[in-house]
Amino acid sequence: MIRVLFFASLRERLGCDALELACSPGMCVSDAIVELESRGPQWREVFAETQCLAAANQTMVPLSHPLNDGDELALFPPVTGG
Amino acid sequence: MNKVRVQHKAFCAAQEYQAVVDDGGANGAIVMFTGRVRADGASNPVTALELEHYPGMTEQVLERLVLEARARWQITEVRLIHRVGKIAVGEDIVLVLVSSAHRQQAFSAAEFLMDKLKTTATFWKKEHRLDGSSKWVEAKTSDDAAASRWD
Repeated sequence: MIRVLFFASLRERLGCDALELACSPGMCVSDAIVELESRGPQWREVFAETQCLAAANQTMVPLSHPLNDGDELALFPPVTGG
Repeated sequence: MNKVRVQHKAFCAAQEYQAVVDDGGANGAIVMFTGRVRADGASNPVTALELEHYPGMTEQVLERLVLEARARWQITEVRLIHRVGKIAVGEDIVLVLVSSAHRQQAFSAAEFLMDKLKTTATFWKKEHRLDGSSKWVEAKTSDDAAASRWD
């Protein structure tokens, strides 16, 4: 399983801060997003409208980054701290 | 010595400064920056900001930025403090404090830390306004430009 975390506007619009996703062999971050989009029209709409960044195990990664069982995947909009 | 902190409670910039000043005269320069909540927007001003972050990753990103600053400039002490949660207008959000033997090193390192924090540290800001509305702040391309001059 992959633990998926959502932050900021993404978390709020999805109404979800974390969930577990089954990890299939060869799965990458963008595959995980496709999987999440299939959860319903609201999910599809939110991902279509959000510029989504990803971190795997707390390190920024491109959407092509491969995922492994037990990974922590975080999805969020561009950061705005400071 | 490095001091990276992500915290809910307010910090006292004067106290942080004083702690760095007590150095036995080793440093000829201290640069301190504080980012504060501004009452932006005349007719419907911002009353507070709400800061969310990714616990664990945020601290790692900040620690790495401090290490990178140390590799690039001759600096003595670094303090990097960022608040999270709801922060009212007029309060401090972030503090960057760098001490060095000479001013240019301290200025550059502090600017680098702030520019990179804004574009790589996992914080997100929501504005609360006088009429009760709230909105997530969008990332600015000017911040990306400021950060990329260090690459």
